[in-house]
Amino acid sequence: MRFDWLYRESGRIAELFLWHLGLSVIPVVIGLLLALPLGWLAQRAGFFRSTLLGAAGLLYTIPSLALFVLLPLVLGTRILDPMNVVVALTVYALALLVRTVSDGLESVPPDVIQAANAMGYRRLPRLFVVELPLAVPVIAAGLRVAVVSNVSIVSVAALIGTPQLGLLFTQGLQLRFLTPIIAGIVLCVLLAALLDGLVLFAAKRMTPWQPGGAER
Amino acid sequence: MIAWFSDPTHWTGSDGVFALVIQHLIYSGVALFFACLIGLPIGLYVGHTGRGVVLIAGLANALRSLPSLGLIVLLVILFGPVFASDMAFIVPSIIVLVLLAVPPIMSGTYAGVAAVDPAAVDAARGMGKRPLDILFDVELPCALPLIFSGLRSATLQIISTATIAAYVSLGGLGRLIIDGRAQNDYYQMAAGAVLVGALALLVDLAIGILSRLTVSPGLTRRL
Repeated sequence: MRFDWLYRESGRIAELFLWHLGLSVIPVVIGLLLALPLGWLAQRAGFFRSTLLGAAGLLYTIPSLALFVLLPLVLGTRILDPMNVVVALTVYALALLVRTVSDGLESVPPDVIQAANAMGYRRLPRLFVVELPLAVPVIAAGLRVAVVSNVSIVSVAALIGTPQLGLLFTQGLQLRFLTPIIAGIVLCVLLAALLDGLVLFAAKRMTPWQPGGAER
Repeated sequence: MIAWFSDPTHWTGSDGVFALVIQHLIYSGVALFFACLIGLPIGLYVGHTGRGVVLIAGLANALRSLPSLGLIVLLVILFGPVFASDMAFIVPSIIVLVLLAVPPIMSGTYAGVAAVDPAAVDAARGMGKRPLDILFDVELPCALPLIFSGLRSATLQIISTATIAAYVSLGGLGRLIIDGRAQNDYYQMAAGAVLVGALALLVDLAIGILSRLTVSPGLTRRL
């Protein structure tokens, strides 16, 4: 490890870290916002369920590098545009979370729903006040997987040149220099642990009724 | 891109599409073989005995957050000088592929065995089966659906990461993407991406069929 190199490059590394943070978080947030209505539809309608979950599984099958390369063709963007990475990762997050949201809503006990009905809740208020809060543990578990794997997939985008910590890997290989590679791996793992912890913490705060908080 | 695909010189020869697909499949197959060799016994052991569950879950989580590209580059620089010629990048790439594929196989196998109906295991024990016979005659067949789902995610992970390993000069379809990027030839990159996507979908389909053929109909009818 060459700490003097790290010190000299700390400004650039911090910038790459922030890019990495944004590229990991934004797609998951968009993916979750899209997955909530879609997962709800999938859980309610049997036909939607198999079609939506099938389509999601298909999207999840496409290797990330292939998706990064193909999206410019679909979106009309340039190959270096970070937009490609955001859209690709949103697709992955969405594919994963649709199933999670639908499973989460499925995990709400029928007694609770009947009780809510008896208390006079209409469909939408019931969804927001009763069902979604109870689905939080399952959704949070899926969210943790999505966030953590996103942090790892983002670094692949270095191969097409998008700025983030993955550039430390390509640079390290070109220079045959271990310091940036180790720094990149450590920062990726730290970022993943940080975001994972954040989701876990938020889920715990949102589920005070759970004995040990939200566990996997 | 259609022009790229319709040029016959892109299909044949030592760096043609056919050769690249075969290379991709060979590296993926080798990695999957070693990953099964490691992941299946550990998963069966943990599922059967219930020991080490926390360890498996923790390991799977930790490995998921490791950036595969960083790992490949790290191993290539560390091991590169040790091996001669092509092995300098093939061995590190395969190691990373195996490393990424073991957790899903291991946790799929574990979850499959752990989820087997205890009544079935008790019945087998009541019939006088020994622990190892229970494992292979009852628990393993009943766990097959989840084992296959673990195998599926492992295989997709391998195919996806083998594409990335083209960056450290591993052969396979990733070559088209990486070389296309280097030569500023977008159509070659796009063709490579389409081919990798198609390969992943086909392999996924093949595993689905294999799982349908091998899983006992008694299980699928109930599930």
